[in-house]
Amino acid sequence: MNPLKWALVEPFYKLAIGEDRKGQINTIVKMVGLPIAGLLVFLMLWQGAASNINTSLGQFPGPVQTYDQFVSLQEEATAEAVKEEKFYQRQEERNARKLEKNPEATIKVREYTGPPTFFEQIWRSLVTVMSGFILASIIAVPIGIIIGLSSNAYSAVNPLIQIFKPVSPLAWLPLVTMVVSAVYVTDDPAFDKAFLNSMFTVLLCCLWPTIINTAAGVATVTQDLKNVSQVLSLSWWTHVRKIVLPCSIPMMFTGLRISLGIAWMVLIAAEMLAQNPGLGKFVWDEFQNGSSDSLGRIMVAVIVIGIVGFFLDRGMLIIQKAVSWDKSSDIR
Amino acid sequence: MSINTGRRTFLKTTALAVSVAMGSLAYSAGAYALGDAEKEDLKFGFIKLTDMAPLAIAYENGYFEDEGLYVQLEAQANWKVLLDRVIDGQLDGAHMLAGQPIAATIGYGTKAPVITPISMDLNGNAITVSNKTWKAMKPHVEMEGDKPKHPISAAALKPVVESYKDAGKPFKMGMVFPVSTHNYELRYWLAAGGLNPGYYAPHKGDSSGTLDADVLLSVTPPPQMPATMEAGTIEGYCVGEPWNQQAVFKGIGVPVISDNSIQKNNPEKVFGLREDFYEKYPNTTIRVVKAMIRAAHWLDAENNKNRPAAVKILSKPNYVGADYKVIANSMTGTFEYEKGDKRSEPDFNVFFRYNATYPYYSDAIWYMTQMRRWGQISEQKADSWYKDMAKKVYRPDIYKQAVEELISDGTFKKTDFAGVFESDGFRGVQDDFMDGIPYDGSKPNDYIDSMKIGLKGSKQL
Repeated sequence: MNPLKWALVEPFYKLAIGEDRKGQINTIVKMVGLPIAGLLVFLMLWQGAASNINTSLGQFPGPVQTYDQFVSLQEEATAEAVKEEKFYQRQEERNARKLEKNPEATIKVREYTGPPTFFEQIWRSLVTVMSGFILASIIAVPIGIIIGLSSNAYSAVNPLIQIFKPVSPLAWLPLVTMVVSAVYVTDDPAFDKAFLNSMFTVLLCCLWPTIINTAAGVATVTQDLKNVSQVLSLSWWTHVRKIVLPCSIPMMFTGLRISLGIAWMVLIAAEMLAQNPGLGKFVWDEFQNGSSDSLGRIMVAVIVIGIVGFFLDRGMLIIQKAVSWDKSSDIR
Repeated sequence: MSINTGRRTFLKTTALAVSVAMGSLAYSAGAYALGDAEKEDLKFGFIKLTDMAPLAIAYENGYFEDEGLYVQLEAQANWKVLLDRVIDGQLDGAHMLAGQPIAATIGYGTKAPVITPISMDLNGNAITVSNKTWKAMKPHVEMEGDKPKHPISAAALKPVVESYKDAGKPFKMGMVFPVSTHNYELRYWLAAGGLNPGYYAPHKGDSSGTLDADVLLSVTPPPQMPATMEAGTIEGYCVGEPWNQQAVFKGIGVPVISDNSIQKNNPEKVFGLREDFYEKYPNTTIRVVKAMIRAAHWLDAENNKNRPAAVKILSKPNYVGADYKVIANSMTGTFEYEKGDKRSEPDFNVFFRYNATYPYYSDAIWYMTQMRRWGQISEQKADSWYKDMAKKVYRPDIYKQAVEELISDGTFKKTDFAGVFESDGFRGVQDDFMDGIPYDGSKPNDYIDSMKIGLKGSKQL
């Protein structure tokens, strides 16, 4: 890897060493200037539109109010951290007193019981979405390979996939909720039921693109390769491992990337309804609060949801590029 | 050196001995000492309403922690979700509508034994109508100078409803839950003004509550009330604070009557938990009640002196989250009706005064009489049935244990709970309803029969 060859660095480097100055400036303007111009125009339009929309909760938040709310969310998080520290201190003292009274007493150190801050909610959303997505992938990839290998299995399963694929998460959620509360009965639950509800809803919605794309990827194995496998009389397992998997990986990752995008979209809705701490619940709670700051805070969440979604997608793209053997193809 | 060490050890041992002795002294001070909480990590649910205050205060002022309890408070989406989550154990307890534990126990809606060891507050609701309806209603309202005379009767609304009927349009209002205090209060107010709010017929599978109705009532979660009225789906609603004051601030509606004027000091929210939770964790339950009594006392102490501090806590986004000034309006003893018509309502929210925390059987029975009146209890029941049910749900025995503990701890004096230990759980004859019909909790059937509009005797729809 040569950093000087990176798309972001190259034109600056070339400009610095004086190679084709005009061409480099053009590249830089296109790469940096145009996105910034687009952003500025958007901010202006946003500000203009916002000042003309009056809701019963006050004016629609413009970029400035949204930024202010972001700052105030940060301040709240700092204040909460102080409270958290005091909570642990009090707990420690209480435990010490308990031990003094009865040295055999069992002492437990608890997590802070206060409300999660905005930033903790981002983190919790990420944990939920990744758990649902990884579980879905573990289920979807083998199914995709099996139905890709056998056209009979494909004909049997395909109608089901086509029917379940377009189902909205909101339709699944009540069923998931009831099933989870009926099946998951323990005295000391390791997972919150609300977490399981939103995770399974995410799982159900993001299975399908991975299955379909994996199956399609498996189907791209050329007859030549299949012949090679037959000539060498490879076992079924080796055939899958050495020939089918490498061939289908680019398509599989296309599917995974679509799945993760869907998972993130579904998660926000699922959290709103399942009351699972996270960005979705944050938006819903703020809507219910109806204070004069609420709209600004929701706007902060909207932007954060977008940015996180963008980074998730970029992350998948990098993996997709890294595992794709066909480096000549343009993946974007 | 050695002498020194010896002395230090001696000092230490004596200090230890003394502290142990003092500890055991304090320990034996109570008539019987309450053991440690069996379950220390608890999660309670609430709905974003100002009357969840005792929970927030017990948390923020450290009363729960003083009892060795680590409580998490979590806002819930609506009353049904909240009740279901208590029943299936996701929540250990919750801020509930007084009617919820009763309905759950008698099996109207989800059936599950839910009990109430403490009542959370009195009053705190109001009925608000949209600007359009207020404009049509106002000519029929009696005036006192340039301001309307309170309390305003639903008789003033009657001509408006009739004009809707003539035009063939339904007149719709919102309440928060079929077994909510708001539903019964709104129905009481409408019926007292000669309007029929409609009957339920659960034995026929009709749970909409709109049979023979002049005014159609439907369910909307409290925080969405103002938005729903603004959208024109409903013409008015009955809800707790801050959602009436918010209509005034947003300029979309006018509160017409507070529930304190429909019935003086009516019981409002309760703390509900599963019966088996109490059986499994009795000490925990008593400790929760102790902490909540302390919080309620703090909220009402010295003429509501702490209310501004409470409002500040409630306006945090993880509790009620509405603007400070909106919550402050009703919590600090005033209530704004028409914009600018601010009236003194010192008892708009009561948390401790008038034995507000005591779970009276007669309060439970009043709710059951209203359930019978509007058909949620579809057939006639004996007076003894009402009493048995009330005793199953309302648990003054737990409440009294918590009070005794607080007195023996030295936190409170016996005089702070005047009448609590003498009470048999009935308030006696109550004569403070807006239509002047007296209520005696020991004779529910007579009371039901004394209502003008409503099911009576053995009548079945």
